[in-house]
Amino acid sequence: MAESSAAGAALTSIPALLARNAQAFATRPAYREKEYGIWQSWSWAEAQDEIRALALGFLDLGVAKGDHVAIIGSNRPSLYWSMVAAQMCGAIPVPLYQDAVAEEMAYVLDHCGARFIVAEDQEQVDKVLEIQDRVQHIEHIVYHDKRGMRKYDHSRMNALADVQATGRAAHHRWEAELDARIAALGYDDTCVMLYTSGTTGRPKGVVLSNRNIIEASKSSSEFDELTERESVLAYLPMAWVGDFIFSIGQAMWSGFCVNCPESAETMYENLHEIGPTYFFAPPRYFEQRITLLVIRMEDAGRIKKWLFDHFMEHARKVGPDLMDGKPVGLFDRLRYALGNVLVYGPVRNRAGMSNVRIGYTAGEAIGPEIFEFWRSLGINLKQLYGQTEASVFITQQPDGEVRADTVGVPSPGVEVKIGESGEVFYRSPGTFVEYYKNPESTASTKDPEGWVATGDAGFFEEATGHLRIIDRAKDVGKMADGALFAPKYVENKLKFYPNVLEAVVFGSGRETCCAFINIDLTAVGNWAERNNISYGSYQELAGHAQVLDMIQSHVEEMNASLAGDAMLAGCQIHRFLVLHKELDADDGELTRTRKVRRRIIEEKYADLIAALYDGSAEVSTETEVTYEDGRKGSIRATLAIRDAAVMPAQATTLEAAE
Amino acid sequence: MNELAPDSYVTDDGRTIGPAVLEMKNITLRFGGVTAIKDISFDIREGEIRAIIGPNGAGKSSMLNVINGFYHPQEGEIWFRGARRPSMKPYEVARQGIARTFQNIALFKGMSTLDNIMTGRNTMMRAGLFSQALWWGKAEREEIHHREQVEKVIDFLEIQHIRKVPVGRLPYGLQKRVELGRALAAEPKLLLLDEPMAGMNVEEKEDMSRFILDVNDEFGTTIALIEHDMGVVMDISDRVVVMDYGKKIGDGTPDDVRANPDVIDAYLGVSHD
Repeated sequence: MAESSAAGAALTSIPALLARNAQAFATRPAYREKEYGIWQSWSWAEAQDEIRALALGFLDLGVAKGDHVAIIGSNRPSLYWSMVAAQMCGAIPVPLYQDAVAEEMAYVLDHCGARFIVAEDQEQVDKVLEIQDRVQHIEHIVYHDKRGMRKYDHSRMNALADVQATGRAAHHRWEAELDARIAALGYDDTCVMLYTSGTTGRPKGVVLSNRNIIEASKSSSEFDELTERESVLAYLPMAWVGDFIFSIGQAMWSGFCVNCPESAETMYENLHEIGPTYFFAPPRYFEQRITLLVIRMEDAGRIKKWLFDHFMEHARKVGPDLMDGKPVGLFDRLRYALGNVLVYGPVRNRAGMSNVRIGYTAGEAIGPEIFEFWRSLGINLKQLYGQTEASVFITQQPDGEVRADTVGVPSPGVEVKIGESGEVFYRSPGTFVEYYKNPESTASTKDPEGWVATGDAGFFEEATGHLRIIDRAKDVGKMADGALFAPKYVENKLKFYPNVLEAVVFGSGRETCCAFINIDLTAVGNWAERNNISYGSYQELAGHAQVLDMIQSHVEEMNASLAGDAMLAGCQIHRFLVLHKELDADDGELTRTRKVRRRIIEEKYADLIAALYDGSAEVSTETEVTYEDGRKGSIRATLAIRDAAVMPAQATTLEAAE
Repeated sequence: MNELAPDSYVTDDGRTIGPAVLEMKNITLRFGGVTAIKDISFDIREGEIRAIIGPNGAGKSSMLNVINGFYHPQEGEIWFRGARRPSMKPYEVARQGIARTFQNIALFKGMSTLDNIMTGRNTMMRAGLFSQALWWGKAEREEIHHREQVEKVIDFLEIQHIRKVPVGRLPYGLQKRVELGRALAAEPKLLLLDEPMAGMNVEEKEDMSRFILDVNDEFGTTIALIEHDMGVVMDISDRVVVMDYGKKIGDGTPDDVRANPDVIDAYLGVSHD
């Protein structure tokens, strides 16, 4: 089946890239998936065969040009193939977040008008069936995992493997049509549609063309010199633009291998087995790994613990300089080499980072200590700044110019400017085409010259030309006395404490700032165990007086460091409470990419905010919660409110902060 | 579709229940002067989920041990697949396709999940000691085949993440699941579960119920289970035998049993005099 697409054809679509890879890298691995305890692998030639069979099957089912095909599930080769197969048919893949509840899916499926759905398993199929009577245009469901599906009515349903078998059987009938459709794919045709999780309002469908995806993949691959020898672990949601760029865009452009973990729970183990060379994770991931490591070290023997502490201190001192190629004394180099054998190497290995040549983190600010920790171990961890609307890349850090507080220089081909209000704008070949069926939003985000407003406030550092992001532009406000209010900046500072999972700061237009805090169950739970504090539930632990004391000390420490910054001294936290439940995307409090939805939280917890500002010492409340399966319940709690010490602005607070 | 056998029927949820695979006829089991089981008869039909319930000391586990060949009844007959079963040792019963789990988890604590489940296939390993020791020829082929089957069980029970963890370190609910896995690895025709949900919280019970139903549905395995939790039993079983003081006091669908006055008495604790 492979020879029908000419290798010399212009590389203007993902199927065209696939055809090139199937010739140029025929026997190199394209996809791996761990199943039944063994890594199964498909070469590029085999992958092309599988994808074409699926595309032929899609044609047989009646997939038409311009159709939207929704893909719902976790990272599996067959779901990636479904996206490319849909493109071959001239259809547009629309990956959805697999943990979304049926309600959320209903909106997206209705909005994009998908006729065909590719679902991973029974769980996802059930969600689709639940909303099918409301979303009338769904015609056919294709599922990957046959388990539990035997008794379903199959008049409008098929297993993915059966669709492929049908496609293979019908290849004489559909081959010519398929090749014609592939040949007709143009550079400005839609490549994929991705729904942004949106911190406000309904999700928007971002239309990205082949040009957007391929140009962004090409220039970013060149920026980091990616080759067909890279391997990545695909574990982030398929609906997220980053995964599309890393696992499809760059993988197709560079011809490297995409590895799919066995299940979400085995991700750490699979990462360790695969040892990717190119790795992306949100800051939260790097934070959790350290928390885990520190907890383990607390339980380790004294010699091990001493070795770890001793060499990690040395790594912090010289590691980053070594990484940036700055001069380091011979003795320090030798000590670092010894540490590498005894500590750094094993830690990198356990974390599955032994082979990482380029690591990226983005999405949120990363704590400087966390960032430095990984870099001092000899891992080339960098930051980038991006958006769905930009096909990811706006700025990224070049090797050797990496810092915790900037997001780097504009990516190749990207122009960045700062608006009068301080908002960051960009223009690039990766800039999205439009929001689907939403011309008003398109017009208000992208001006006729192609400049896109990011919604983030930032500035360029004069000395280095690096971009620094302060906060979401719409969140940056003024306090009652006119001082700058930058909630995210403060929240991030709080989140750098391992015990703090999430924080929400209030204060716009008010005299003082107050905060909600979520504790991190892993870290605080472990701390409780070591201090013989017993607790029966998350709620009980969160309300424990000693936990509150600990959080209070964190808040006061942070206040002290804020006081040293003339611009932000007004943002010190005067009063705070520890929430009785974790903020959750299922309750609409966070986006699916775990960003705080400020307005919803303000509405939902209005009683708690009122109590923060009226001086009361505690507050009783009842909160509605949504369980994973969509059922609702409520929890009642009485929360203590604490006052935190505030430092006078501009005082010499260095000692206090240390 | 095949024609249904004369005494088969199809349940509301589309499963086919066939004729009896196992018939217990007038079983009496005594330990010295104590009569643990008194003249009990019932059958288990192909493809059904059959529960045995009753208060503490009713003789449920003894009944399972009789089916399993661990105890030999003084009176009565056991008919398996249409033939009278002679007195058998437990391993012979296991070879006939009857696997079980235990009330108080009986796993090898120091061995991994994988190895524990692998032991479930012990009765099917045919390679000689010599070739197993050298891991050559037949032994190698055999192990690859068995490992494949075991991996399917691991996938089915969603325990990939604990594949290599020693079971002693696992929480109770997961250990129960591993034990079910070991029984499943034997590819049983009849699966005996001794209190699969004892000591579990509501969520773990729901998970376990799901797996029991899935096993029955996917592999068509006939299941006999002993359980304390009436709610669970009534939800998942097709027919229920109720025992009290070694006697059978009820037998029928969950609804029949629930309405049976003797059963209500036994559970509500009416005095027996």
